[in-house]
Amino acid sequence: MFEIAIIVANVLLSISLVLGFWRLYLGPTLPDRVVALELIASLTIGFIAVYVIASGRTPFIDVAMVLALTAFLAAVGFARYLEKGGHREDD
Amino acid sequence: MIELLTALFLVSGAAFMVVAALGLVRMPDLPMRLHATTKAGVLGAGLMMVGVAVYFGDGGVTTRAVAVIGFLLLTAPVAAHAIGRAGYFVGVPLWEHTRADELKGRYDDKTHTLASPPEMNESSSDDEPRR
Repeated sequence: MFEIAIIVANVLLSISLVLGFWRLYLGPTLPDRVVALELIASLTIGFIAVYVIASGRTPFIDVAMVLALTAFLAAVGFARYLEKGGHREDD
Repeated sequence: MIELLTALFLVSGAAFMVVAALGLVRMPDLPMRLHATTKAGVLGAGLMMVGVAVYFGDGGVTTRAVAVIGFLLLTAPVAAHAIGRAGYFVGVPLWEHTRADELKGRYDDKTHTLASPPEMNESSSDDEPRR
C-alpha cells in the first residue's frame, strides 16, 4: 500500500515534469520559460519529499530549502533582467 | 495510520502538481499560466512537505518541513508578481479574448511608473470642499 503510494507520487511528478519541460521547449516568450523553470523547481522539491520518505535520509530536506531559495532568486533575477535590460541607453 | 496519512498527503500533493503542469501547458496566456503554476504548484509542494512532517513525526524534521512550506508561501507570490510585471512590461501579448486591460496606456515606458486612473482624479477633485 505504502510502496504503491510512493510509486504513484513518483509517476505523477514525472508526468508533470514532462509537461513542464514541454512548456520550457515550447514557450513563445522568455517569461513563459521562466514560469516553467519555477514549476520545475517546485517539482524537484516534491521529488525530494518523496525520496526522503522512501529512503529515510532526512538531511535532504535542507536541500529542498536551499533549492526553494535559489529558485526564488533566479526568478527575481530574470524578472529584473527582463524589466531593466532593454532600457540601458536611458541611464 | 501514519503511513496511510502520509500516502494521502503525497498522492494529493503530486496530483496538485499535475494540475499545475496541465495549467502551465494548456492555459493560453502568461498571467493565466502564472496563476496555475503558482497556486497549484505551491499547494502541491506544501502538501508533500506536510507528508514528510507527518511521516517522521520528529521535531527537527517537522521544523525544517514547516520552514520549507513557509518559505514557499512567502517567496512564490513575490516571484510571480515580479515575472508577471516584467512580462507585461516587456510586451508579452495577452489572450485574444481578454476583455479588459486596466493597465493599458497607464505605464510610463521611461520612468517605469504607473499613472492613476482618470476616475480617481475626478473623484478627488469632487472631494475637495470636504477638506
